[in-house]
Amino acid sequence: MASSLPPRPLSPHLQIWRWTMNMALSIFHRVSGVGLSVGTLMLVWMLVAAATDEESYKCFLDFATSWVGQVCLFGWTAALYYHLCSGVRHLIMDTGAMITIPATQKAGFVIFVVSIALTLSTWGCLKYFY
Amino acid sequence: MTQQKYKWNDTPFKGPMARARGLGSAHDGLHHWKAQKLTAVANIPLVLWGVWSAMTLAATGASIETVYGFFHQPVNAILMILFIVSVFYHMALGLQVVIEDYVHSCKKPMLLMLVKLGTTALALASIFSVLKIAL
Repeated sequence: MASSLPPRPLSPHLQIWRWTMNMALSIFHRVSGVGLSVGTLMLVWMLVAAATDEESYKCFLDFATSWVGQVCLFGWTAALYYHLCSGVRHLIMDTGAMITIPATQKAGFVIFVVSIALTLSTWGCLKYFY
Repeated sequence: MTQQKYKWNDTPFKGPMARARGLGSAHDGLHHWKAQKLTAVANIPLVLWGVWSAMTLAATGASIETVYGFFHQPVNAILMILFIVSVFYHMALGLQVVIEDYVHSCKKPMLLMLVKLGTTALALASIFSVLKIAL
């Protein structure tokens, strides 16, 4: 149907616009959500492997403690904290509060700082006590 | 809020019940949003508990004995099952919106089915595993 027509002109997309806070918050919220979905496969792997036998669990543990696994887990933690903080902002906005541009600028700054701080302190504690 | 005046609201094509509900041809406007918010609120404490638990397990080396000992505690098994239900439901709702926003080809219904069936299967596999370890 549409394939017989020449492609329709599209409006400019991401690469054209100057990055703004509300846009960055929204895009990162979605990207971190999809990333978390993929990363949660590791949790399923862990649970199913632990329920199967010791050998399967060891296979999971070897991956989780390898540098690739550690990078995945670090990324998962960062995405989790960001999605959590940004999600709380969404819940606040649902009440009608914090929807102005200055409030968004401030909230966005807080969200980025808090999620980075939580990620680093989580991994700091983990590496310190491990 | 007053009912907006549409020209078809006062025609015989629309029954009184449909007019009273005011949902239009979509039939449903709020369920997805409400479910997403409900699971979002539930996820806040569950996820914090999950990270804390993962940290304590990892700090002791996360041997299989430690994991079994952890899930033998009923409170941990129960919280883990709640975590799985809430997180996978939230995930299914979120991925559904992403697909609806970006996929417009014939792949769309396939991907939507894949997300719904896949998240259900993964959640079930996880819950079964928790129960097997715990019991």
